[in-house]
Amino acid sequence: MPDGGSQSTSKYKWIGTRPDRPDGADKVTGRARFGADFNLPGQLIGKVLRSPHPHAIIKSIDTSKAEALPGVKAVVTANDFPEQPNMIVPTGEMQVNLRDITRNIMAREKALYEGHPVAAVAAVSEQVARQALRLIKVDYKVLPHVIDVAEAMKPGAPVLHDTMITEGVNPPPTKASNIAKRIEFNKGDTKAGFAEAEVVIEENFTTQAVHQGYIEPHAALASAAEDGQVEVWSTTQGHFQVRGFCAKLLNLDTSQIRVTPTEIGGGFGGKTVVYLEPLAIRLSQKSGKPVKMTMTREEVFRASGPAPGGNVKVKIGAKKDGRIVAAECIVEMQAGAFPGSPVGPACMCSYACYDIDNMHIVGFDVVSNRPKVAAYRAPGAPISAWAVESAMDMLAQKLGMDPIDLRLKNAAKKGTKTAYGVTFNTIGMVETLEAVKNSAHYKTPPKPGYARGVAAGFWFNVGADSSAAAHVGEDGSVTVISGNPDIGGSRASLALMAAEELGVDYDKVRPVIADTASIGFNFVTGGSRVTFATGLAVVNSVRDMIRELKVRAAKIWNVDPEAVIWENGMAKPAGSNVGEFEPLTLAQLAAQAGRTGGPINGHAQLNVTGAGPGFGVHVCDLAVDHDTGCVTIGRYTAAQDVGTAIHPSYVEGQLQGGAVQGIGWALNEEYIYNAKGKLDNPGFLDYRMPVASDLPMIETILIEVPNPTHPYGVRGVGEVPIVPPTAAVGNAIARATGVRMTDLPMSPPRLSEALDAAAPRMAAD
Amino acid sequence: MSEIQYRVAKNVKDAVALMAKSKGKGYVLAGGTDLLVQMKSGAREPGLIVDVKKIPEMVSITEKNGAFTIGAATPAAVLGEHKKFRKTWPGVLEAINLIGSTQVQGRASAGGNLCNASPAADSVPALVAAGCIANIVGPKGKRSVPVEKFNSGPGKTTLKPGEILVSLTLPKRGKDASDAYLRLIPRTEMDIAVVGVGVSLSMKGDTVKDARVGLGAVAPTVLLVDKAAKALIGSKLDDAALEAAAAACSEACKPIDDKRGTIKYRTKIAGVLLKRAALIARDRINGIEHRGHR
Repeated sequence: MPDGGSQSTSKYKWIGTRPDRPDGADKVTGRARFGADFNLPGQLIGKVLRSPHPHAIIKSIDTSKAEALPGVKAVVTANDFPEQPNMIVPTGEMQVNLRDITRNIMAREKALYEGHPVAAVAAVSEQVARQALRLIKVDYKVLPHVIDVAEAMKPGAPVLHDTMITEGVNPPPTKASNIAKRIEFNKGDTKAGFAEAEVVIEENFTTQAVHQGYIEPHAALASAAEDGQVEVWSTTQGHFQVRGFCAKLLNLDTSQIRVTPTEIGGGFGGKTVVYLEPLAIRLSQKSGKPVKMTMTREEVFRASGPAPGGNVKVKIGAKKDGRIVAAECIVEMQAGAFPGSPVGPACMCSYACYDIDNMHIVGFDVVSNRPKVAAYRAPGAPISAWAVESAMDMLAQKLGMDPIDLRLKNAAKKGTKTAYGVTFNTIGMVETLEAVKNSAHYKTPPKPGYARGVAAGFWFNVGADSSAAAHVGEDGSVTVISGNPDIGGSRASLALMAAEELGVDYDKVRPVIADTASIGFNFVTGGSRVTFATGLAVVNSVRDMIRELKVRAAKIWNVDPEAVIWENGMAKPAGSNVGEFEPLTLAQLAAQAGRTGGPINGHAQLNVTGAGPGFGVHVCDLAVDHDTGCVTIGRYTAAQDVGTAIHPSYVEGQLQGGAVQGIGWALNEEYIYNAKGKLDNPGFLDYRMPVASDLPMIETILIEVPNPTHPYGVRGVGEVPIVPPTAAVGNAIARATGVRMTDLPMSPPRLSEALDAAAPRMAAD
Repeated sequence: MSEIQYRVAKNVKDAVALMAKSKGKGYVLAGGTDLLVQMKSGAREPGLIVDVKKIPEMVSITEKNGAFTIGAATPAAVLGEHKKFRKTWPGVLEAINLIGSTQVQGRASAGGNLCNASPAADSVPALVAAGCIANIVGPKGKRSVPVEKFNSGPGKTTLKPGEILVSLTLPKRGKDASDAYLRLIPRTEMDIAVVGVGVSLSMKGDTVKDARVGLGAVAPTVLLVDKAAKALIGSKLDDAALEAAAAACSEACKPIDDKRGTIKYRTKIAGVLLKRAALIARDRINGIEHRGHR
């Protein structure tokens, strides 16, 4: 395990240490229970019938033969779900419309993508369920489809939603189109800025849709009782969101649904929405039995939410000394079958690393016959960063400047006003660039045959709603209860903060993730928020408990509670004037709790603001096989201002994981559609994520610029590291070959073709 | 609901009898690394599964007068541990050892790889280059065919009803001979060849005495490329000879555009890999070790 160089944590006993995670043993022994591990007596198996067409009117669905098949206990179609209002609700960093979400879980008037659910059955076995699906007759009227964003934006393209009028355009268009929304961000005067520019870089870039690639497919088990109460077990990043969505989609009270989150085998944003849960509940209501549903990998690819692809046009103007005077960015982004791509964050993040006076940024949210996109680590940001950071490298090459120096010259700092209007507080962009510049990696030239690329990236990070509780047992050990599924080691981070705050040992603190009925509301595990926001709730719940502990000590000593302090896990008199008392340990106070006022608990509920944004700078050394277009990554370093690294190993893990997913996005990953509008690579064989042998150990540099709004200086860390890699790889390829790649992925066939096309031109040079 | 029968054959005769009775619904189970996956995805729905792993001659490696015979169900990992085979046929072995992952190697076999009839099968171009013979037994007795004639198209073998592939025989190897297999995959493992090239050479001094070239993933079946071999024979593997052989490989390609690669790319890479594989085979004859996949 590389030591990421976490510094200055000595003022803490627990924060900054690397103990085993509380869920670690269960995960390595196989005892941990993931989504598909949950079963109930008498359960049925649910399966989904999916549209084979990318775009078709559903004229009728005949389920009678399926219902008559022995062993089939329930069949549902869109008729089993009430119509929903046109109303936007937040889900993690994305937003969804209830009218659309009910159509996404079960197609109504139209099937809008291949794999779109049209019916679901529950039967005594998977085999019977599959057989029942084959007996459902759907009468489709197949319509022309459109997959590509540029095509979807053209007049005359097949229109997915007859009533969709582009928002954000004045005057509003009179005709429906596939452009859901136009957004714009402006700062200063771009025209004047470009007039001042001595060098201008202008280029078009594209990216393809990619999947989060979580190893665990979606799974849910639902049990609806006769009295209307519903229990759900689900692999999700937000069981409160599952509860909320299901309540809306099925006209239930939230209190009627109790959702227990299972262990989660990866989510990366993709498990912040619902697919199976409402279907399983409805099937359970109709059959009177528990219903279990799991997706196959193929279903995950075809019908869960990938990250969008997009087209990005970039124009940057600079002075000869490298100072950027104007910048433009136009992003056209896939939303999938329903509006709501992360084009907003893509626009907002595009130039957030830099302090630029004049900016003009435009985004388009575009629907096409693809599955509805979902969040994926820093949703939207990698797409604009691919373009902007490539263009920054082109600018550095044109000016003959070191790419770090160019970025230092323009780096955002405290007081920088972003294009979206926010002025930065304390941030670490400059520190991160300087750390990279001074790193062993950057100071060592690339090995012979290798070339180096550099890119930066930004993400906001979020706060939002968190609840937590802390209970002390009669022996003085502590349970910390929160409501966010643990995907990145958050149990360990929460326990470390609780141990630090309370002054007890880490292994005396047991973190538990409670179901929706056992703790107050928590927003999803997403937005890099849990260690930050839920961490703050945990700290506050422990402080609430300490307040009570001081009251109890005061009672025992017969002094004022204000005369008691809490230090190193013990109540002590605040000063000698209070009186001579032996300190009371947590265990001693717990043992006497019954006589001093009953159980000792702490609670906190917060709407957390003040999330500290993060900046990352990545350095990639790679070699290109000029005959085959194959790329070998030789060395890779990810540096980031991470705030205080509560558990440095899991911070490094986030940086490494994000870098690897970004490298996959750069080199091979893509949704490949055929002419019929069907996905051609719905599996890990032909959807090529990197394997271990493709990569060197990813080196990390943690720059700890504490977030001033958090008691321990926590910033979110999980999303920034997927933002820089595509351009870091592309910039290295440009420097290795002299060929600037503008389209992702830079797969061997594509790179080979670009090299062949450039060969005569370069020979002439 | 469909029923599946599972039978373990004790000998080749049993296996043939079971397959002959199955009326086309029978599938031979060797390692199962293709069959079980295909069953799970619904691509194949066998009525009968005939397990041949208990038939000694189908899971053993024998050598007679310098010619190796490999039982069709012999696990790739077992073959990988055979020192003499490794020394004699390094190219065939590296191709067989590329099937699947380390875990899959414990079950997967060259015979199964051939019977799965994928044009992108890793072991087949190397077997074709090696001049390998497929030994078949059926209701009407035994017959043998060169490996390049074993398959007729993607997923299609030339096996007649009731016939099974029992073993593969590699010819006696002369002195100063070796082979190599290279494939192009976008990743470094766990992938399927975009192009695969097997080259077998025998040299006299620094001149190529004999050569065979097998080319995979560029046509409905794996190809034996005589024209490329002819370009190499009699040469000193100079640039001109290599370019001519590479051009012959590119010319032989009848690939498709698909999710794994374009026609243009596959055609180009066939030539690139031919040159590299030929030089590796020569290096091996000269005692220079090589490992790698591209």
